[in-house]
Amino acid sequence: MASAVSSLSRSSGSAVRPLATRDATWVRYTLTAVALGFLALFLLLPLVAVFAEALRRGLGAYITALKDPDGLHALKLTLITAALAVPANLVFGVAAAWCIAKFTFPGKSVLITLIDLPFAVSPVISGLIYVLIFGAQGWYGQYLNAEAPWFPALQAWLIEQDFKIIFAVPGIVLATVFVTFPFVARELIPLMQQQGNDEEYAAITLGANGWQTFWNVTLPNIKWGLFYGVILCNARAMGEFGAVSVVSGHIRGETNTLPLHVEILYNEYQFVGAFAAASVLALLALVTLVLKSLVEWAHARRTA
Amino acid sequence: MSRSHRSVIPGFGLSLGLTITYLSLIVLLPLSAAFIKTSGLTWEEFKTAVFSPRVLASYRISFLASFAAASLNCVFGLIVAWVLVRYPFPGRRVVDALVDLPFALPTAVAGIALTALYAPNGWLGHWLDPIWSSFVHKLADVFPFVDWVGLLGAKLAFDRPGIFIALTFIGLPFVVRTLQPIIEELEPEFEEASASLGANRWQTITRVIFPQLLPALITGFAMAFARALGEYGSVVFISGNMPMRTEITPLLIITKLEQYDYAGATAIAVVMLVASFTLLLIINLLQKWSRRHHAV
Amino acid sequence: MSIIARNITKTFGAYTALNDVSLDVPEGKLVALLGPSGSGKTTLLRIIAGLEFSDPGSGRIDFHGTDVTDIPAGKRGVGFVFQHYALFRHMTVAQNIAFGLTVQPRRERQSAEQIQARVKELLKLIQLDDLGARYPTQLSGGQRQRVALARALAVQPKVLLLDEPFGALDARVRKDLRRWLRQFQREIGITTVFVTHDQEEALELADQVVVMNNAKIEQVGTPQEVYDQPASPFVIEFLGNVNRFAALGHPLPGAGPDVIYVRPHDVDIQRHYEGEHGVRVRVQHVFSAGNYGRVALVRLDNGDTIDAELSRVRLKELGLAAGDEAHVVFRHIRLFPAGAFVERDVAADDATPAVVDAGRDI
Repeated sequence: MASAVSSLSRSSGSAVRPLATRDATWVRYTLTAVALGFLALFLLLPLVAVFAEALRRGLGAYITALKDPDGLHALKLTLITAALAVPANLVFGVAAAWCIAKFTFPGKSVLITLIDLPFAVSPVISGLIYVLIFGAQGWYGQYLNAEAPWFPALQAWLIEQDFKIIFAVPGIVLATVFVTFPFVARELIPLMQQQGNDEEYAAITLGANGWQTFWNVTLPNIKWGLFYGVILCNARAMGEFGAVSVVSGHIRGETNTLPLHVEILYNEYQFVGAFAAASVLALLALVTLVLKSLVEWAHARRTA
Repeated sequence: MSRSHRSVIPGFGLSLGLTITYLSLIVLLPLSAAFIKTSGLTWEEFKTAVFSPRVLASYRISFLASFAAASLNCVFGLIVAWVLVRYPFPGRRVVDALVDLPFALPTAVAGIALTALYAPNGWLGHWLDPIWSSFVHKLADVFPFVDWVGLLGAKLAFDRPGIFIALTFIGLPFVVRTLQPIIEELEPEFEEASASLGANRWQTITRVIFPQLLPALITGFAMAFARALGEYGSVVFISGNMPMRTEITPLLIITKLEQYDYAGATAIAVVMLVASFTLLLIINLLQKWSRRHHAV
Repeated sequence: MSIIARNITKTFGAYTALNDVSLDVPEGKLVALLGPSGSGKTTLLRIIAGLEFSDPGSGRIDFHGTDVTDIPAGKRGVGFVFQHYALFRHMTVAQNIAFGLTVQPRRERQSAEQIQARVKELLKLIQLDDLGARYPTQLSGGQRQRVALARALAVQPKVLLLDEPFGALDARVRKDLRRWLRQFQREIGITTVFVTHDQEEALELADQVVVMNNAKIEQVGTPQEVYDQPASPFVIEFLGNVNRFAALGHPLPGAGPDVIYVRPHDVDIQRHYEGEHGVRVRVQHVFSAGNYGRVALVRLDNGDTIDAELSRVRLKELGLAAGDEAHVVFRHIRLFPAGAFVERDVAADDATPAVVDAGRDI
């Protein structure tokens, strides 16, 4: 179901059409007005509201709110989480696309469906399943409490280090990895399938080894798709709320990511603070959209 | 590796091994934990967990709101996609990029922004609420289901309409992005053929164009619906979270977790997972159908 | 460098692409693998290149007496030109050509200056001296084709393999390039195998034509051999136009339903004919434009259609028009009973038919 998320393979619409396929002028104007009105109401207005609410008490209050140490810590944690989750899914995405696009093997379509699975799972459930495994009541908790565990040294070390996964940073990263799992792979698989294997074959007949072939031939061909997938993956990683909310424990200044920080401030009626933090996230979203459009534009120009 | 599986392109074992390992560790194993945990329940326990009145109410709310939001997105998504592909207007590229905003904007941000707009003292809420309530009353005189779905007397935010608004925001890009490429690839020949056979524009649209878009429209609907069912972040701020009235199923899972009722939360999660996977299956079949339909 | 392929079988699931195929390519020759799509010709080429492998336990590939079956494609010393060229899109023409030289292990790699010199030399060879800085998308189809060739040659391969080298080009470019390739191959004398489905291309270009059908080799021979002495009904039908009809009047003793093949240029039309081998026909249509005249005829005895080709001078001489009746005589026919075939020359003056069949008299 991710194909709607990834749309790099889309071409941009043709501008001039023959007469038989044109609608009457009043129809065009009406439909355009309806579409723009709907988009303004549902997309533009909420975006404007974020910045307007953040600046409601003036620029000074906004800046003060941005400098909130808990907020800065939340921003830092959000960046760390993305910095861990995105590369992990990047490596996975390239490996998955490589084996799916370059080879035939039984069970391939099942594999493609399984890669899509996290998109079909509610974010809340994405967090829940990690709680089941790593929570105090979960398998990990049982292991820590086991009387005769496997690898007693590991158990002792984990207890000594007080190594927590749930209600701690590792859980947040894991849940984020789960919800952003398919982005890069979904972008690369159709792209690499469409490009075929001929250039790789050519490189190999010319004596290139596997690594040279990937680095010099495959990678330059998929770099836009890769970048595109990374942008989408990163946006989701930084913005994820539901899954992270379940595993984080909401410890202020420790396990709060920026979206969770927004929630806390909002529930405490600190609206300027909440919207100030939200405006940072909205800005990241806008950067994402701009980058995404630039990549689409560059891609369309290359394939034209 | 046996010679029959030999391939000139290297890295099959490594890439497939990495893919399957990572997929198993991150996705399959954790998901199976939910099913394993639930299999520990007796049938009675499971039934109590997933069919208690409060849970049933949450299914109903989630389902109805998601269905309604996906339906509205079909109507406006179709118009937006059509306008973006067919009618050039200044700033089209900016608008086109903006359609992806719900994908890029964190759901929590969307949630508080929509709340700020539609709350009774909000930008839109303070003058839309009265219009809405008189509209609903008039509607209820004609259609009894308005009362049945609990819209009578409901304000926009902090009540059922709020859920619907949030889910509409979340689902819009799915419909638009599914339809756009199909509209782009519509061969003008079909419309020209229709026109040359004497059909007027309306007949051409309803009888030639729309049937070609239908598979994609249904796919887009299913995607928006599936996404809406699981959505949490944008809804919790605007819905008011009243049990039996505006408590969506994902929120109920969180509530159960906060009460340390892991078994109950997991049982509901399993019901949702089964529903989601069924939807995923349907979407995959729809996309196959859509591709085949479109290829002909 | 000669190429020998022995007992190559290749299956893809239930589909057999090559069924126990063996082939010898003599050193320095230009050999065409000719056949319809699905005949296995591209698979054979790719197995020679090392891009595919024959089924486990089957087959062996020798280059000049050395077994290369288990040597990977990059080490076999083959230059492969892909049907759609597979030029690296993100590299310039010069970078494309240099690629094979730059990926060699550091110890064996030539210096940057040497590589540059080699690229320059190749650019000159393919007559694209000034286009080294262009990207593949900025080239025409014919130019891309030549770049692909130069790239393959840069690593000084021992054999050159081309998959449908002219398939993606328009007719005029194709003709020019064909001539260029032929001359070029003669000059450098590299053993070359190319795949084509175009019989005209194979006959015009190759020293030796390998006709393939249904995962098997039907016939190997010089262009003249395969054209004039086709080994099977498939070969005669695939190589150029041919009239095909059931034998009448001269059934072979003991054979099944015989099929007679006559090339259109072996059909002689006569206004008045007294001999024994003539067939009465009606003229259906006369095509008088083109390099030679063509006449569509219908046999009066059984309604079969016959196509005839004759010089425009002869056509004028005959002065045929649709609806006219005439006689035709076959100068040369090939007769295929079930399993075997017979060939005979029928003298235009209607002498005793000469039988030209391997070891079998009628």
